[in-house]
Amino acid sequence: MKENSLDHLRRWAPYALTPLIVLAALPAIGVGPWLTLTVAGLTMGIMLFLVASGLTLIFGLMDVLNFAHAAFVTVGAYVTVSVLRPLAGWTMQTSLTLNLIALLVALVAAAAASGALGFVFERVIIRQVYGAPLRQILITIGALTVVEQLVIVVWGPEALVLPKPASLRGSVFIGSSPIETYRLAALAVGLVVALAMHLFLKRTRLGLVVRAGVENREMVQALGYHIRRVFIGVFMAGTALAGMGGMMWGQYQETVNSQIGDSMTILVFIILIIGGLGSVGGCFVGAILVGLTSNYVGFLAPKMALGSNILLMALILLWQPRGLFPMADH
Amino acid sequence: MALAQQDTRRPPGLLSWLVSDDPPGRTVFNAVMLAILLALALAPFLFPGTKALGVSSRICIFVILVASYDLMLGYTGIVSFAHTMFFGIGAYGVAIMLSKGWVGWGAVVLGATAGAAVAAVIAALIGMLSLRLRAIFFSMITLAIASFAQIVAEQWRDLTGGEDGLTFSVPAMLRPSFKLFAEPVLGVVVNGPVITYYITFLVALILFLVMLRVVNSPLGLVLRAIRENEFRVEAMGYQVVAYRTLACVLSAVMAALAGALMALVLRYNGPDVTLSFSLMIDILLMVVIGGMGSLYGAVIGAIVVVLAQYYLQNVLAMVSTAIVGMPVMSALFHPDRWLLWLGIIFVLIVTFLPQGIVGRLRNRR
Repeated sequence: MKENSLDHLRRWAPYALTPLIVLAALPAIGVGPWLTLTVAGLTMGIMLFLVASGLTLIFGLMDVLNFAHAAFVTVGAYVTVSVLRPLAGWTMQTSLTLNLIALLVALVAAAAASGALGFVFERVIIRQVYGAPLRQILITIGALTVVEQLVIVVWGPEALVLPKPASLRGSVFIGSSPIETYRLAALAVGLVVALAMHLFLKRTRLGLVVRAGVENREMVQALGYHIRRVFIGVFMAGTALAGMGGMMWGQYQETVNSQIGDSMTILVFIILIIGGLGSVGGCFVGAILVGLTSNYVGFLAPKMALGSNILLMALILLWQPRGLFPMADH
Repeated sequence: MALAQQDTRRPPGLLSWLVSDDPPGRTVFNAVMLAILLALALAPFLFPGTKALGVSSRICIFVILVASYDLMLGYTGIVSFAHTMFFGIGAYGVAIMLSKGWVGWGAVVLGATAGAAVAAVIAALIGMLSLRLRAIFFSMITLAIASFAQIVAEQWRDLTGGEDGLTFSVPAMLRPSFKLFAEPVLGVVVNGPVITYYITFLVALILFLVMLRVVNSPLGLVLRAIRENEFRVEAMGYQVVAYRTLACVLSAVMAALAGALMALVLRYNGPDVTLSFSLMIDILLMVVIGGMGSLYGAVIGAIVVVLAQYYLQNVLAMVSTAIVGMPVMSALFHPDRWLLWLGIIFVLIVTFLPQGIVGRLRNRR
């Protein structure tokens, strides 16, 4: 009986971790800033999730860890700048509808550009290195360098400004806690994308094939599905998600430079390790956890902020060496 | 393996002993390596000037850094992103000693030894904890650890000088004002930097020969066997994790010593110089361009990439002035885009020439 409840605890502990941290932060920080920081952390988490989920899906299905994933974030952010510049008439007005339409156009453009680049990337780079982990790491690192340099060739070496739309600047107050309007919008968009992804994976036939492919690639192939086509589709979707993440992150920072993707890479890897490589659910929990921890620690001990996520990763690995939600055979 | 056959026909001489019966290979390649050795040995006299001396020192240091990385990547099949961390630890070892009031050769040796020891301990810990995992997991973890090390170096101002780094004075003999002879030798003033260069060159040469000995020892054979098929090696009774960890520790110690040399040459150390991720990319470029799994590849790779860093800009500048009218082309050939061209070469080599330049030269029959 006793062992049964212990097993129960062990199974639910990974799920309980995030709420526990949120609750523990409340008395340490105080209600006012806590609300602000929690929303900030959730927003950062959802943006990171968009980037990380693509990477983890690609890894889960194709067994390829794409070190050049950050390049697609960068491309997404730069495409946003190019798209929003001619739409300045829409973003400078205080009409919320026009602002949102402009952002939606930018989001779709960023996803489309990154996805299209992803298609080329899979054909030219990834295809040659399936099943060769060492060469995968090397070639994607090399490709990352090339794409980053090409971005500089196209958009120039200087950082570009990307002002937020007029009606998404400033903050709203909940009680006495200021919450940036843009964060709420980004959180909403991120949750919609995450929900759409969830529904696609769980409710559609193609989603079923993808999930089955993650579990057992050969069996899916044996059942007559063209796994290479599924690979390309998932790779494009993953890179498109990275592009969306880049768009939202660049718009949040209001400035875009060629390092924007690199700055996320380490956080994204930490999320993958925490969540368990290949698991989309684990990736979601990991992303939210990393977002919240960065914000809480940044408030409580600013000097520790940069290193806090790496410490979090180390602690979680000591507790669960294969991540919070490990996949069966990865 | 072919080299072992040659052995039986020729009695081993001193030269053969020095290179652990593993000479570069074909006649042409032997000649190239000999020419490189002579050029580096006489560099201050052949290529006078401060810039050329800096380039030669950098080449010597990177040969060690890249060869030690190749111990892991090319020989054992481990991809680590924490190599710059060990390089940095060695550099900080010397820098901290010399900037905290210690002076003289004792402080240099103590700093380098302490750096190497710390690097060895950290490498052993990382290896034992994470080398059981899949290769990709290890790469990601080392990436996180390396970035943590960079953060620590930037934040711990009292010890490391933060982002500004540490400037310090080296032993009197190595300073620019010191002159070994009153008169110039062959037209070159033998001053502190020249002496520093020769120390760097000799240490690098010795460390290179030591590594050559390691990879040609039974230990090196086990490491290569692990690279080819770890399960089989495990089944034969070797503890794969222990051997991999040993490779990491050796490699880390070598990197730390290279870092100590770097600190001596620059008389400065900071996070950007020894810990940055772009340095890690440089190392990867050098290993892959030179050729993985051959220490001589490290020599070629380091020379090609360091020369490209310093002189490819000039070539690109010439090209871009020639095509100044064309908008996209002139952006592609902008002098600051040298990394683009190296990156393209890198991808092409991984695709079409997985053994690198040296692997190709050595294996051609």
